[in-house]
Amino acid sequence: MTDKDKNESGTKMNRRDVIKGLATVPVLGAMAYGIWRKTRRDHIRNHKLSKELNMSAEEQEYISYKHDGDTIRIGIIGFGIRGAQLMKAAGFVTPKAIQEMKDAAEKDSQNKRYSEYLEQDDLNIQITGVCDLFDVHAEDAIAAAANIGREGSGGQMGAAPKRYRTYQEMLASDDIDAVIIATPDHWHAQMTIDAAKAGKHVYAEKGFTLTMDETYPVRDAVKASGIVYQLGHQGRQTESYIKAKEAIDKKLIGKINLIEVCTNRNSANGAWVYDIDPNANPNTVDWEQFEEPCEVKHPWSPERFFRWRCWWDYGTGLSGDLLTHEFDAINQILGMGIPTSVSASGGVYFWKDKKRGDYVNEVREVPDIWNAVLEYPDLDFSLLYSASLASNHNRGKTIMGHDGSMELGNSLTVYADSESTRYKEQIKSGLIDPELPIYTYIPGRKNVDSVATATEQYFAARGLLYTYRGGRRVDTTHLHIAEWVQAIREGKQPSCNIDQAFEEGVAAAMGIMAQRENRTVFWDKDKEQVI
Amino acid sequence: MIKDKDYSKWQLWSLVILRVAIGWHFLYEGVVKILNPNWSSLGYLMDSKGLFEGVFHSIAGNPAMLNVMDFINMWGLILIGAGLIVGLFTRVASIAGIVLLAFYYLSHPAIIGVTFAMPTEGSYLWVNKNLLELITLWVIALFPTWNTIGMDRFLFNKK
Repeated sequence: MTDKDKNESGTKMNRRDVIKGLATVPVLGAMAYGIWRKTRRDHIRNHKLSKELNMSAEEQEYISYKHDGDTIRIGIIGFGIRGAQLMKAAGFVTPKAIQEMKDAAEKDSQNKRYSEYLEQDDLNIQITGVCDLFDVHAEDAIAAAANIGREGSGGQMGAAPKRYRTYQEMLASDDIDAVIIATPDHWHAQMTIDAAKAGKHVYAEKGFTLTMDETYPVRDAVKASGIVYQLGHQGRQTESYIKAKEAIDKKLIGKINLIEVCTNRNSANGAWVYDIDPNANPNTVDWEQFEEPCEVKHPWSPERFFRWRCWWDYGTGLSGDLLTHEFDAINQILGMGIPTSVSASGGVYFWKDKKRGDYVNEVREVPDIWNAVLEYPDLDFSLLYSASLASNHNRGKTIMGHDGSMELGNSLTVYADSESTRYKEQIKSGLIDPELPIYTYIPGRKNVDSVATATEQYFAARGLLYTYRGGRRVDTTHLHIAEWVQAIREGKQPSCNIDQAFEEGVAAAMGIMAQRENRTVFWDKDKEQVI
Repeated sequence: MIKDKDYSKWQLWSLVILRVAIGWHFLYEGVVKILNPNWSSLGYLMDSKGLFEGVFHSIAGNPAMLNVMDFINMWGLILIGAGLIVGLFTRVASIAGIVLLAFYYLSHPAIIGVTFAMPTEGSYLWVNKNLLELITLWVIALFPTWNTIGMDRFLFNKK
């Protein structure tokens, strides 16, 4: 008898030993049975549900915008906060800012902004001209434009672009194919018209124009010229919106009756009380040119120059700056166009005294709390917008229909309505629980989000900062500029073209009129006029 | 040390049931993760709080480490669970389980002033269910049952 054959009492291994040794093995079988039952039930439920909803499983592919053909030569007009962001999205950042990204990445391995910027596609463009009324910004723009190798401090630089003192001189230049307009709103219309007349393609920041009157000549000039125009609503590139459109088209939420969109911010920066550069003075700023479109001229005011969004002379307030993002997001999903009427109300309720608002001389004119109702009687729904620049409470976009509702941000969640007609049987049979989502879409769910500032987080949460293509995190502004550049090369229309822009611009202008004239503003569709 | 044969029948089977129940929990948690193609430890790691928050966040921030974590969690849970149930390499499985649970506890400690995004079904102060399960595995590791009920009987029960 060998040792191997012996059990604890030294006798040969017997049946009793085997039973004891394997006594708990049947537990595995029990679990296998349980798992089989459960997965089969879930599978049948999912299969039935997905058959019912019929949503496609595909994610948006990552399209590379790399291009070897002709270099597109671009002029940048305005290199303030947004101008610098647009230049980054186009592939041009000052060595100083790159160095800061590099250092941040070294300190914190989770900070991926530097590596993501390096991975950003080279669009094969060249910045051949810069125009900014503030010397410091103009110098920074030149430094960014020359940084073709995406180098940090002390790196090898390319040729410096020409600095133009006026945008008109830039437009007259032969080595400019297209311009990016990132100036205050009061310059948008004239610059776009002049650029179109000069045959230069335009990427312009929102809001479309400062006033209602300006919307028509801008549209006419762009259409007459045949240039490629893109309005700066980078939300057009957000993947969840594309999925949302599919869900709406497949009638997942039925007949839409109410849409709620909003803006929440709670900081001086978020309320447009931006930093004032101490280097700004009448010698370094062309104030006269800044004020050119204004009917009433103001004396030099660094406050007005840097915080222009706080005054109606230069900015469009919550309507043009932030309602437009929400409007354009919904317009790309529903294509509802210009509202039949807009009413609005609000006021300067929080940033109203010099101390709290850190104002130098003047307190803001534009409301910091603002609400607007956009009516679509032909489509049987209302669109509500409400904004607070003094609360960070996070609210998503909600589209409500008879059969369900949809919550929309970077992700998309669809719920069935408990009183839905479409889902009545499925709710009764237990296939659908109105408390639980029937469809959830989270792009790039395995990726890490490591966005830095509160404002960035705000935008990221709303799908304005990053989107996903093939599971990879991409700056939506980069995609939006890339789409525009591609459209120029191929002679096509980009997603936020002049027609879309006109609808956005008119809606925003109606909001401003409603607020400032304290009345409901109507749109005559046939005459294309406000009443 | 106490040997299996020193227990009464009731003592032995109570310990075996406890061992199998914990094994069941581990195994099923592992299987669920394997069956879900979108499962990742990312959300859990990012939800970490307390003293070791930074460590868990940096694991989450490193794609290679995250993959290792996902793998360890899926297959670790399965192997530990199966080991406890059938009583194979049971002491090793118990200790590995203690290590995993210690990580979970350190990542989501039940300390004062900390709340997690992960929903919990109870109320905890310092002691939570991860800690309880950890202590229970400790007991299981110290009170062997596998030499009588379990496949270790065939491997280690030699004279």
